[in-house]
Amino acid sequence: MKVKSGAPMAEGDMTPMIDMTFQLIAFFMILINFNEAIIDERIQLPKSELAQPPDQPTDEPITIQLTKDNLLIFSGDVVPVAQLRGLLTNEKNFLERKKDLATGRTKKAADATIFIRADNRAKSGVVQQVIQDCMQLQFEKFALRAVQESKNEP
Amino acid sequence: MAHRPKRHSPDKIPLEMTPMIDVVFQLLIFFMLTLKIVAIEGDFNIKMPLAPSGSDIPELDLPLTVRLSAVGGDKVAIELDGKALGSFAELRSAVIEKVGYNTGEDSPAAKQEVVLDVDYDLHYRYVIDAITHVRGAPTSEGKFVPLVEKIRFGQQRAPGAAGG
Repeated sequence: MKVKSGAPMAEGDMTPMIDMTFQLIAFFMILINFNEAIIDERIQLPKSELAQPPDQPTDEPITIQLTKDNLLIFSGDVVPVAQLRGLLTNEKNFLERKKDLATGRTKKAADATIFIRADNRAKSGVVQQVIQDCMQLQFEKFALRAVQESKNEP
Repeated sequence: MAHRPKRHSPDKIPLEMTPMIDVVFQLLIFFMLTLKIVAIEGDFNIKMPLAPSGSDIPELDLPLTVRLSAVGGDKVAIELDGKALGSFAELRSAVIEKVGYNTGEDSPAAKQEVVLDVDYDLHYRYVIDAITHVRGAPTSEGKFVPLVEKIRFGQQRAPGAAGG
């Protein structure tokens, strides 16, 4: 479109649009979930009325996911349960090289918490097997993960 | 609000808004597309100590055993210390009857331990159902009163060995 030179140009005020856009960006940034890497959609967690998010973050979390086909998802890889001990040994060795910043002592397997995200159709015996394998490597603390059930749900 | 001057004096450089708006919209689209709304997740803490229990636990505090057997393809049979129960709600009532509510460190419920003895092939959701019903009871105000906190798994059963 040809604009006549010298003609006064109407200039739109951009401020409200920029304000609104920044508000939207801030909104989406706050909602973004950085834990997405450990939340796998293949796992349908069991529901529980008592499932409450933890009050404070766990010091040394290790997440093990178990699919309905009784396969593990560990660090993004799908592996059979038989391989868990090897993978956990690596985690344990890595953990034992770390030092607690507050006390200065070397960390050990008992300081870590194993989060188990098992599908609601997985076999309980396999979950127990996972716990047994962890215990053989001196892991003691476990957290069974469930999804919060709303009170209106049947 | 201050109005933008219509004409710029020669010593003022007009701020170019177009690149900034481009970037801002790119960011906005990125955050919109990566947004994933997930349900709130919570944890049930279970401590499985390596040291053999028994030496530091008084003999009177024998654990309650919740037996969950796989029945058919997708059903469960519940027992508490050998007594058959019809539902998880009955399990909760039986636990309350045995140990009461967890009102503090000295209450029997706080000291009580529950052992879950589950079939290998049982669907995991029943384990979570059992833990839910043993660990807390709802009140009329929609809150939960704690019951037994100490829950652990018993001896693992062999695959296919349902019932028993």
